[in-house]
Amino acid sequence: MSTSTSPAPATTSAGPLGSISQHRRLPRFGAAGIFAVGAAAGIMLSAVTGFALVLAAIYAVVLGTAGLHVGSRLLEGRRTAADRLVTALVRIAFALAMVPLVWLVWTVVSKGTARLDGAFFNQSMFGIANEGGGAYHAIMGTLIITAVTAVISVPVGLLTAIYLVEYGHGKLPKAINLLVDVMTGIPSIVAGLFAYALFSLFFGPGVRLGIAGAVALSVLMTPVVVRSAEEVFKLVPNELREASYALGVPKWRTIVKVVIPTAIAGLGTGITLAIARVIGETAPLLVTVGITAVTNLDPFNGRIATLPVFAYYQLTRPGVPPEFAVDRAWTAAFILIILVMALNVVARLISRFFAPKTGR
Amino acid sequence: MAKRIDVSDLDIYYGNFKAVEGVNISIEPRSITALIGPSGCGKSTFLRSLNRMHEVVPGARIEGKVVIDGQDLYGSDVDPVDVRRQIGMVFQRPNPFPTMSIYDNVVAGVRLNSTKLKRAALDELVERSLRAANLWTEVKDRLDRPGAGLSGGQQQRLCIARAIAVEPEVLLMDEPCSALDPISTLAIEDLMTQLKERFTIVIVTHNMQQAARVSEFTGFFNLAGVGQPGRLVEFNPTEKIFSNPDQKSTEDYISGRFG
Repeated sequence: MSTSTSPAPATTSAGPLGSISQHRRLPRFGAAGIFAVGAAAGIMLSAVTGFALVLAAIYAVVLGTAGLHVGSRLLEGRRTAADRLVTALVRIAFALAMVPLVWLVWTVVSKGTARLDGAFFNQSMFGIANEGGGAYHAIMGTLIITAVTAVISVPVGLLTAIYLVEYGHGKLPKAINLLVDVMTGIPSIVAGLFAYALFSLFFGPGVRLGIAGAVALSVLMTPVVVRSAEEVFKLVPNELREASYALGVPKWRTIVKVVIPTAIAGLGTGITLAIARVIGETAPLLVTVGITAVTNLDPFNGRIATLPVFAYYQLTRPGVPPEFAVDRAWTAAFILIILVMALNVVARLISRFFAPKTGR
Repeated sequence: MAKRIDVSDLDIYYGNFKAVEGVNISIEPRSITALIGPSGCGKSTFLRSLNRMHEVVPGARIEGKVVIDGQDLYGSDVDPVDVRRQIGMVFQRPNPFPTMSIYDNVVAGVRLNSTKLKRAALDELVERSLRAANLWTEVKDRLDRPGAGLSGGQQQRLCIARAIAVEPEVLLMDEPCSALDPISTLAIEDLMTQLKERFTIVIVTHNMQQAARVSEFTGFFNLAGVGQPGRLVEFNPTEKIFSNPDQKSTEDYISGRFG
């Protein structure tokens, strides 16, 4: 666990700073050694009471931490012991937080690789009863619907953020801020029902359209874009706006040519993360676009398969025998995770490449 | 191209707060006018009212008249954007545009105003402006590098080059040397004395030696008391201000006997 630094240089009591008491430190790996001894004791204890992996881990961590604290208290003093105890607690908390993430990724990867073959990426489910088939139609559907969502949300969100930061004074921006906060908290199924109800007005009940799904996702994505863009615009120093005004540049041109280029890295990152936020939404797509076995690339005409809904139906309506459909569901989940991770990587690359350069 | 500025009975407000009161001043063309005074007395506010940058702050407004060569800057038919094209400004902290190269920073005023110039004309403008700002020899080999990579003093001269590239009539400088070391300060002071051949320059400074060194006229601003608006206490030729000022408070401030 914690590594101790090399012993502090010994200071004589007659030094210029007066008496600095010498402080004993555990040698390098000493702390880890004490923790290991405590942990081993814990594992043995669990072996005595009947071995179980989770119980052994809990015993080991508790006894290791307690042993480290007591040992440090005896050898190093009270303050260092408290430091080691809190350091250990923080690391345990981090490890606990990582458990579900690692577990989830491990499960999805181990079960999702079974159908990670070429057919999965270039076949639809048309005419597939049990074995084979693929998610080509669902992958394309997810990409198309997410793209349409971004086309709707990004302009609306960016323009709202520009209004809030650059133009809004008085009560209207406060009201907009409140509404954006409320929109951020809308449950996704409510957004889906809203879009379904809206399109039912025009196309009658039972309507299933890709554009309806994109509208539902836009309800979820727009507030995220507004918030992140607003924060980034606020970070642009006011001096730059004033410098531009002082050159006789009109306000709108200042925003287009100075504020947005300065903020472009943060905007790209924020938009990419907003896309990652909605690409895995299931509930709104379930009620607005439904599922289909064939490839449909037209968001304005009929049902479209999407990855999350595809995974949902493969898992809940697997057919007989179920294992082929369940494998397809896991692989669809795996591809979704890869898409989200790829978007995160893209966001990082954007913030690196578009950041203002100092040239030093 | 340098112009004369006449200010009469100018009151400047932030919302309901009166920041500056009753300024009457006449700024001579082709000269350097320095504004001195303690912090918070309204020097910068007054300076920003001269090119309508004051009203960029929400709720800020003025009463009174600012006339430049017979034209009222605050007339109802005057576009503040046009005013700022005629009256350039250099700020306290160097603020080159971080997304632009040195070259693009200099031509920013021209380009952002969507004036179409040929490449050769732009090149010529960049060289002329950077030479006028005493920066050409230092940066001529790296015009495509980011402006933010220069040193503080170079950045401030880049900002001056950017301001004079749009050919203003008047140049306002708000403590342009306060973030700079003495050598860069000297470079900028030399530059000001060259630039006054072509421009009317108004400079706000906390450095009284600087005011004495570079300016022909000096205005002293002061507060009547805490929470009260700032006033122009005295406006006279610099020599008179620094040797035999009319007002007692001016003399106290200049000689350091100021509370």
